[in-house]
Amino acid sequence: MSLWAYLSIPNEAHSSYQIGPHCSSLSFHFLPRNSTLRDTRFQNLEMLRQAQRFLLTRASASATRSTRPFSTDLPAETAGDSKFIDAWKKLIPNMDPPKTPSAYMAPRPPTPSTIPSKLTVNLVLPYDSVLSAKEVDMVIVPATTGQMGVLPGHVATIAELKPGILSVHEGNDVTKYFLSGGFAFVHANSVADIIAIEATPVDHIDLNLVQKGLAEFQQKLSSASTDVEKAEAQIGVDVHSALNAALTG
Amino acid sequence: MAMAALRREGRRIAGPLMSPQPVNPLRSSLASSEEHALTGVRFISTQVVRNRMKSVRNIQKITKAMKMVAASKLRAIQTRAENSRGLWQPFTALLGDTPSVDVKKNVIVTISSDKGLCGGINSTSVKISRGLYKLNSGPEKESKYVILGEKAKAQLVRDSKKDIELSITELQKNPLNYTQVAVLADDILKNVEYDALRIVYNKFHSVVSFVPTTSTVLSPEVVEREAEAGGKLGELDSYEIEGGETKTEVLQNLAEFQFSCVLFNAVLENACSEQGARMSAMDSSSRNAGDMLDRLTLTYNRTRQASITTELIEIISGASALEG
Repeated sequence: MSLWAYLSIPNEAHSSYQIGPHCSSLSFHFLPRNSTLRDTRFQNLEMLRQAQRFLLTRASASATRSTRPFSTDLPAETAGDSKFIDAWKKLIPNMDPPKTPSAYMAPRPPTPSTIPSKLTVNLVLPYDSVLSAKEVDMVIVPATTGQMGVLPGHVATIAELKPGILSVHEGNDVTKYFLSGGFAFVHANSVADIIAIEATPVDHIDLNLVQKGLAEFQQKLSSASTDVEKAEAQIGVDVHSALNAALTG
Repeated sequence: MAMAALRREGRRIAGPLMSPQPVNPLRSSLASSEEHALTGVRFISTQVVRNRMKSVRNIQKITKAMKMVAASKLRAIQTRAENSRGLWQPFTALLGDTPSVDVKKNVIVTISSDKGLCGGINSTSVKISRGLYKLNSGPEKESKYVILGEKAKAQLVRDSKKDIELSITELQKNPLNYTQVAVLADDILKNVEYDALRIVYNKFHSVVSFVPTTSTVLSPEVVEREAEAGGKLGELDSYEIEGGETKTEVLQNLAEFQFSCVLFNAVLENACSEQGARMSAMDSSSRNAGDMLDRLTLTYNRTRQASITTELIEIISGASALEG
């Protein structure tokens, strides 16, 4: 329906997806094609004019309504984006502005007023999203300051992770992954994001290789001469001893 | 009468050849052979057309092969790019998306391909980079370029040579992996002073659609400044910091980690877009070559028939001259 293209308002991302659902509901009011063409066309135009007014008012109303107090990212994001888009359009009118990452991400849920019963966990690696939006009871992350347990309603935290075990508790199941290090963000809306470089399930790790590696790196550390070599050997020792502790402890 | 028919035949052959053809060398080569043959007969030799058809057919084979190679490379890299899409989302959820941040030192990281024949994606990236440069120019503000890939370097070196801080090529010699990109990110962060890093790349939506995108990574000082100012990052102060001695140290590590993650995803998406664009460029090229081949075949047949007709006319007129 080319007429709908004429209607679309090319503005902020949030307003455009507001129009979509209204479009589909209004299209049901169109008369069937086999009625007399001229009457249909006039009635359609009238409907469209009303629809346009309706959509404009709805879009503006929803824009003012969308300043939710507990949302961590939704209204501010679109404000920043529209500022960027406007500045771009003013200076470089011939080119479309580039998209920004917020356009590709589903907005996060706002902070609820009561503590939710489950924690939503996302575990992402460069190669895979191991867990995405999984509802669990508790996770224990290996922060640099020690093992940190995260329950629903945990205070918002940014934690740096050291190589260690991440255990995910869901009811009576416990899944353990060995993380190579990274970051963990716990948001106020009981969403935990864990970003690591490698995460292997503990049963995939071979103890003999770990002990061999540990001995090798300890030997390298004692024979290291430059700072760089010492640092590398130290990292190897840290990771392997953490692996060792994970498997044996 | 026969000569008039011959002249008409010649003009009919000359007609489609002289009409605007997409390839100028074709016209010039045929025109020259026509002039050469003008002394004897008014049509070109079939040999020339046959040679042309052979070369166009070879080109068509090559472009078809390149399209298939690009398709297989795309298949391989597309799954990896899609898997890496979760990597930058936690950072955007935490720190928000701030493309309109106002900082003194901007570094524009442009990602492009090393090889050509991939459509317009590299030009698009360069245009967006130039746009960002213009957007962030002003008193006390400076923007620098860090270029990944040969094609953007070739375009940007022409007018912004003094602004190019670092350029890296041959990124895809070995299959892309996180370690390589992390080392690269480390290199960039060590050698370039920045308040905001703006990464420009083509995001892969589908085999026919690549959307130019820009991701912004802020330095820890700017993050703290924006957090104090409120707005998007205003919530950041409410986050407890675990680990590290000071908040600044953790934020520093966070910024570096964010840059390497975002760069990894951007490089993979751009590689996907490059293969997809190459696929569609080679596909339209093969189709063009096919069209050209059809036209040349018609020309060839007409030429061939004209020469047969000429021979017949000569024989018949010779015979009728003897008779009558």
